[in-house]
Amino acid sequence: MTTRIVELRRGILKKNDELAAGLRDRFTAANVLVLNLVSSPGTGKTAFLERTLRELLAQGSLAAALVGDLETDNDARRLAASGAPVRQINTHGICHLEAEMVGKHLDGWELAALDYLFIENVGNLVCPSSYDLGEKIRVALLSVTEGEDKPLKYPTLFNSADAAVITKMDIAEAVGFDREAALRNINEIRPGMRIFETSAKTGAGLAEWLGYLQEQRANQAGS
Amino acid sequence: MHELSIVSSIVDSVTESLARYPGARVIGVRLRVGALAAVIEDSLQFCYGIATDGTPLAGSTLVVKTLPVVVHCSRCNVDGAIESVQSFRCPHCGELAMDVRQGREMEIEAIEIEEAEVDA
Repeated sequence: MTTRIVELRRGILKKNDELAAGLRDRFTAANVLVLNLVSSPGTGKTAFLERTLRELLAQGSLAAALVGDLETDNDARRLAASGAPVRQINTHGICHLEAEMVGKHLDGWELAALDYLFIENVGNLVCPSSYDLGEKIRVALLSVTEGEDKPLKYPTLFNSADAAVITKMDIAEAVGFDREAALRNINEIRPGMRIFETSAKTGAGLAEWLGYLQEQRANQAGS
Repeated sequence: MHELSIVSSIVDSVTESLARYPGARVIGVRLRVGALAAVIEDSLQFCYGIATDGTPLAGSTLVVKTLPVVVHCSRCNVDGAIESVQSFRCPHCGELAMDVRQGREMEIEAIEIEEAEVDA
């Protein structure tokens, strides 16, 4: 018997990363801007996305959504009411979405006909950060009821995000939300990240958010 | 809690690499994991025993090397390890630093295998 060391230097999630790279190429070729929405359960990802889809459709853009959930299709049904094409991904216990799940759920969709594709991840602030889904923009969402120190508690997720969205701003005052502390904490973890302060209920901050989407899509087309 | 998925990926990846070493048994697996990789070593170790059972990795040890988060400071123009993942600042001048150069790694660095002697 002889023992030896074999150098591998291989990414543990190489398979996911390769699939994600393939998806990214497809998305870029089809000129569809893809966003991966990540937050805790209960932050209001679905309400925020519902409102975003409605606004985008109203302005004549074509947007679709893939929504991850452990078991139910409640969120997909809510989102589909906006009129946008929506598909549910049930992970059956898996705490995050993987590139392979996204790829499988794209069958039959003509990506080139879309302007935007939103992927609503499973509500979880830890596991989704490790899995690239081929998105162009990763959005971390945080509601005013969750505590201003959430970015400090989950630095991995916030540091890997490209933009942050604060939700439920309409009740910020009632719950004693410390806006300055929240902004400071986000900036401490991901300096310079764009932050949107929104309310899906009142529509506050939505214009700025939609402007950002448009700008990012134009950037992608130009790159 | 996605450590079980991660360990399953390790098992698949190592098993695939073993194809070039017929009859070999895995004694150890060494990982390099960045402090920002969202992986808990205790959970990895816990899942490792379960996920490797009945595979060529059964009974092997898992060694995890944790890499600190290194940022590049545009003001000092140097790389430095940050003291805490709660604050992405240059360790020299204290300026906020968004350019992360190390800390997200999640890779299998090497495996230690025992090969069967080949009859001449």
